[in-house]
Amino acid sequence: MTIEINNLHKQFGKNQVLKGVDLTIDQGQIYAILGPNGSGKTTLIKSILGMVIPDEGLISVLDTPIKKNWKYRKKIDYLPQIANFPPNIKVKELIHMIKDLRNSPSCEDELIALFGLEPFLNKKLSTLSGGTKQKVNIVLTFMFDTPLIILDEPTTGLDPKALISLKDLIRKEKAKGKTILITSHIMQIVEEMADEILYLLEGEIYFKGSIKELLKRTEQTNFEHAIAAITTTGSHA
Amino acid sequence: MPLRPLQQQEAMLKILKYSFYDLIRSRWSYVYFLFYLALGFVLLFLNNDVSKAVITLMNVIIVLIPLIGTIFGVMYYYNSREFTELLLAQPIKRTSIFMGQYFGVAGSLTLSLVLGLGIPFLLYGLMRSNAIFDFSLLLVTGAFLTFIFVGLSFVIAISNENKIKGFGYAVLLWLFLAVVYDGLFLMSLIMFEEYPLDTFSLVATSLNPIDLSRILILLKLDISALLGYTGAIFKKFFGTDMGFLVSMAILLAWTVLPILGLRYKARRKDF
Repeated sequence: MTIEINNLHKQFGKNQVLKGVDLTIDQGQIYAILGPNGSGKTTLIKSILGMVIPDEGLISVLDTPIKKNWKYRKKIDYLPQIANFPPNIKVKELIHMIKDLRNSPSCEDELIALFGLEPFLNKKLSTLSGGTKQKVNIVLTFMFDTPLIILDEPTTGLDPKALISLKDLIRKEKAKGKTILITSHIMQIVEEMADEILYLLEGEIYFKGSIKELLKRTEQTNFEHAIAAITTTGSHA
Repeated sequence: MPLRPLQQQEAMLKILKYSFYDLIRSRWSYVYFLFYLALGFVLLFLNNDVSKAVITLMNVIIVLIPLIGTIFGVMYYYNSREFTELLLAQPIKRTSIFMGQYFGVAGSLTLSLVLGLGIPFLLYGLMRSNAIFDFSLLLVTGAFLTFIFVGLSFVIAISNENKIKGFGYAVLLWLFLAVVYDGLFLMSLIMFEEYPLDTFSLVATSLNPIDLSRILILLKLDISALLGYTGAIFKKFFGTDMGFLVSMAILLAWTVLPILGLRYKARRKDF
């Protein structure tokens, strides 16, 4: 089991975001975490990363409880939603810096070539466009070899060519037996990539299963419509 | 096992290094440095009286250092929020990230101050009189004030998600310690003039790092006679080795407390 979550609760002020999430994530699959805005997707991801500290519940990553632990993050690559980097440093320096901080082998050159970032390596991050920043973000995420990859809205700002490269990249990583979690609002990507759908609603896992199961349960033929219909026809997973 | 603390320290030093480089390459660090350089040269070389130059320098930096420390600290924290999130997802201990950033900011500001004022000090000492080196205390208290106020501003920023609020509280804190505190202090001296106020003045001065720094430098100038009776009391206390050590201990406590606060907050905060 890659990730195990038991009875996870989290409250921000009066707003109860996660209300007892129970979840197991198995190795070697691509999971799409879906749900309406404010359903707790990002909070769930950040809890796994240790950025949000749960009020209650247990999380284990690769059989290690994560509470008061930071070393387990060596096993995770995370792509944050907003790529905002220190403005005064160059792309090359940022890549070097993350490599330096993680102290593990990396394959950035391949990725830089794949996304055509060579001309930007000596540019300061503040001068890059949103899409280029996202490409840098992707390079930073995929350059290490970790068993677990978490991608929060990975497609933001990407051009079609980069999007294809990203999808190939995700498939390649999956083929190596890695576990991948993705959140996305673009259903086409989810339909194409995901093995399992996790649908969060009001802080609970409302549905967990394959796309096929989802279609069956909602009696729809189209994935996008099935997602839209999930809350009206589905029962608890 | 013995590797663990080493690894953490290493990560903190790396973050410190990057924050430091990031800041010393920003335009504002140069402006800050050049300002002190110009101020130091103008006041020392266009003024024949060392004491007068030092008093003016003191009056400027004792108010300016806390203000710049506060503003830089708050701005750096909020501007690097997304990057901090990226770091938080890396295999690094939380406190290492924030300690690294704190020492990076405070260190680069201190460098601007020490170089900016140190160069004119050194040249003046070499060319005119090395009496100026008695006032290296000015640089020491300046460095303390930088670390204290950057620390306080980091604590305020990490406690307030809202940028405007955080900025407001930080500036209010500066205003209170740099201006309002003195006003309250003077008012209470006038209101309670019937009573013996020696101990009260001593304690009230020691509790505010800005006042404490000012008194320490003034006493070095040996003009405490100008301060009247209170001056004599101050001289009696702060002028001794014991008093000096106590003041340094208080400045150190003022530096350590925000650092502890920052570590406490950093361990518990959600990002």
